[in-house]
Amino acid sequence: MPNILVYALHYDGAINKNSLGAVSEGARLAEELGGEAHAIMLGEGVAEDLAASLGRYGAKKVLVAEGPEGLAQPLVDAMAKAIGDGGYGYALFGGGLLGFEIGAGLAARLGAGVAMEVTNVRAEGGKLIAERPILGDSAISEIAYRSPVGIIIGRLNAFEARESGAGSAQVEQLSFELSEHATRATMITRGEQRGADVDIEGADVLVAGGRGLGKPEGFKLCEELAQAFGGNSAVAATRAVVDAGWYPYAAQIGQTGKTVSPKLYLAAGISGAIQHKVGMQSSENIVAINKDANAPIFEFSDLGIVGDLNKILPKLTEAVKAKKAS
Amino acid sequence: MKICVLVKEVPDAAVEKKLNPSTGRMDRSGERNLNPYDTHAIEAAMQVREGGSIPVEEIVAVTMGPESAVRALHKAVSLGADRSVHLCDEALAGSDVAATGYALAKTLERESPDLVLLGQQSDDGECYTIGAVVAEHLGMPSLTQVIKMDVSGEALRCERQAEYGYDTVEVKLPAVISVGDAINEPRYPSLKAIMGAKKKQLDSLSAGDAQVDPAKVGGENSAAQWIAAKPPPAKAAGEIIEDEDTGETVERIVAWLDERKLI
Repeated sequence: MPNILVYALHYDGAINKNSLGAVSEGARLAEELGGEAHAIMLGEGVAEDLAASLGRYGAKKVLVAEGPEGLAQPLVDAMAKAIGDGGYGYALFGGGLLGFEIGAGLAARLGAGVAMEVTNVRAEGGKLIAERPILGDSAISEIAYRSPVGIIIGRLNAFEARESGAGSAQVEQLSFELSEHATRATMITRGEQRGADVDIEGADVLVAGGRGLGKPEGFKLCEELAQAFGGNSAVAATRAVVDAGWYPYAAQIGQTGKTVSPKLYLAAGISGAIQHKVGMQSSENIVAINKDANAPIFEFSDLGIVGDLNKILPKLTEAVKAKKAS
Repeated sequence: MKICVLVKEVPDAAVEKKLNPSTGRMDRSGERNLNPYDTHAIEAAMQVREGGSIPVEEIVAVTMGPESAVRALHKAVSLGADRSVHLCDEALAGSDVAATGYALAKTLERESPDLVLLGQQSDDGECYTIGAVVAEHLGMPSLTQVIKMDVSGEALRCERQAEYGYDTVEVKLPAVISVGDAINEPRYPSLKAIMGAKKKQLDSLSAGDAQVDPAKVGGENSAAQWIAAKPPPAKAAGEIIEDEDTGETVERIVAWLDERKLI
C-alpha cells in the first residue's frame, strides 16, 4: 500500500506551514514508493478551494471531513476510517501539538508503530525508514515499521514546504463516525492571544529570555539590551515563561510559538530544550548566556558564556551602547 | 473520585544519557529519579483533592518499569499518592510507546479511575505521546500539555497552549490529562511523608496479572522497530567563555559580535 495520508492542520482559512511541509515531504516519499500523497482536513465547513490548494504542494487528493476543529480525537476517527478504506501504508504529520496527539491516538487505534520528532525519512526497498534524533540530539536512531501502517510525526520545521508546480488537488468528502469518547471533549475558546501583540519574526537581532531570568522583571535586562542594539531588534521568550505569564505569547519561540532566523539570537537564561531549539536553530549566529555549563543550549550555540546573566547583561548593554556610539 | 497518576523513573538530569550500542535502547543504568514532569501531575491530583469541589477518595501512582522503579513510586507516595501499583515484567522490556501505552491502559483498567493524570513528557524519551495512546485504549477523552485544570461536576475545564494561542477545552470525566510544568509548583515532601512512603501499599503486578497480551508487548513485538543508531551530522563546536572577570567577558563578546558585523 504505497499511498501516504498527510494531516493538514488549518486555522482561520489558512493551512499551517508545517502541514504544507509535511504534504511536500509526503509527495516526495510517495513518489519513491510508487504511490500518491493524499491530505486530510477536518473542520466545520472546510473551504473547497483551500483543500484543493494542497495540490500545489503535491497532494493528489484531499479528503475533507466535517467535525469539530482543534481537537485530536475526531481526527483519529477520521484518519482511521480513511486508512480502513484501504490504500495507505503511512500516515504523516508535520510538527506541532495536535500532530503528536493524533498520531499517538492513531497508533493505538490501528496497532501501528509510531516514530516522533522525526527529522528525516527515506525510502528503502519499498518501505520508509524514519530518523529520529534522541538523547538531546546526540544520536540519531532509525526506525522501521513492522505494522501494516507506519506513523511518522515530524519535528517542527523538519519538512520544507515546496510548491511542486502541480495544480489543484481533487477534493473528496470523507464521511466517518465520531467515536463516543471523541464527543466528550469540547472546544470552548481557541487561539486566545495572551499579552501584547509584538512582532519578532522580522527582527534582525533577538534577545530571548527564559526561566533563568529568575523573575518577570528580568525581562527588563533583555529589553534594555535589545534597545542598545537598536534598529530592527526585539525581545523573545521561551514557553515556560510565557505560560507563567512573564511575557506575551506573541513573543514565544518554539514548538507552539514562532519560528525565527535572525542574524543574531542572544539567549539569556535559556536551557535549550528541544521544543525551543526547533524554533530558533536556523538563526545565523547564536550567543547563549547560562549559569549551568551543562545546559543543552551550549551544544548548538556559536558563542557560549557560562556565567550570571544579572552581572553580564547590564555590562553588555553598556558596552554595546558604547560601541554603537563610537 | 479516584485519580490515577502515571509516573516514570528516569535517569537523573545530571547523568549523561547514552544508548546501549548493541540494542539501540537507552542505557538506563546510573542514578535515577522520578520524572520531574510527573511531580506536577501528582501535585495536580493533590490540588483537586484539596480544592474540595469534588471528593477524592484515592490517588494511586502507577508505573511500568524494572524493579528499580519502586523508588519512583516511593517518591510519588511521599508527594501525596495513597498507594501505588507497579507493572513489572521482563516480557515488557523494550516496548515502544504504543506497546507501553497499551500495557499501562490494561493496568489502569483494573483501577477504573475517573481521572488519569501524567506529566506531558518524560525527561529521557522526550515524547509527549503516551497519554493519547492510553486514552485511546481506555476509550476516554484526552488532552495533553494542560497548564490549568478546574474540576466542575463531571467535567474538567482545561487550558493549554496550542499552535495558534491558548485553547480552553471542556473534557468530560473519565479522562486522561497530561500536564505541563506551568500548571503548578510541586510541594516538597515532608520528612514524615518520605519515611512513611515505604509502608504504603504497593502492588506489584506481572503482565499476566494485568491481563496484558504478551504478543503485544516487548521489543520483539513492538510495531516500531529500532534498526540502527548513528551520530548526528558534525557541527563545529561553539566557543565557550567562562565568566570570571565580567568586564573582560563583555569585551570578548563585543569583539566577537563586531567581527561578525552584528553591532
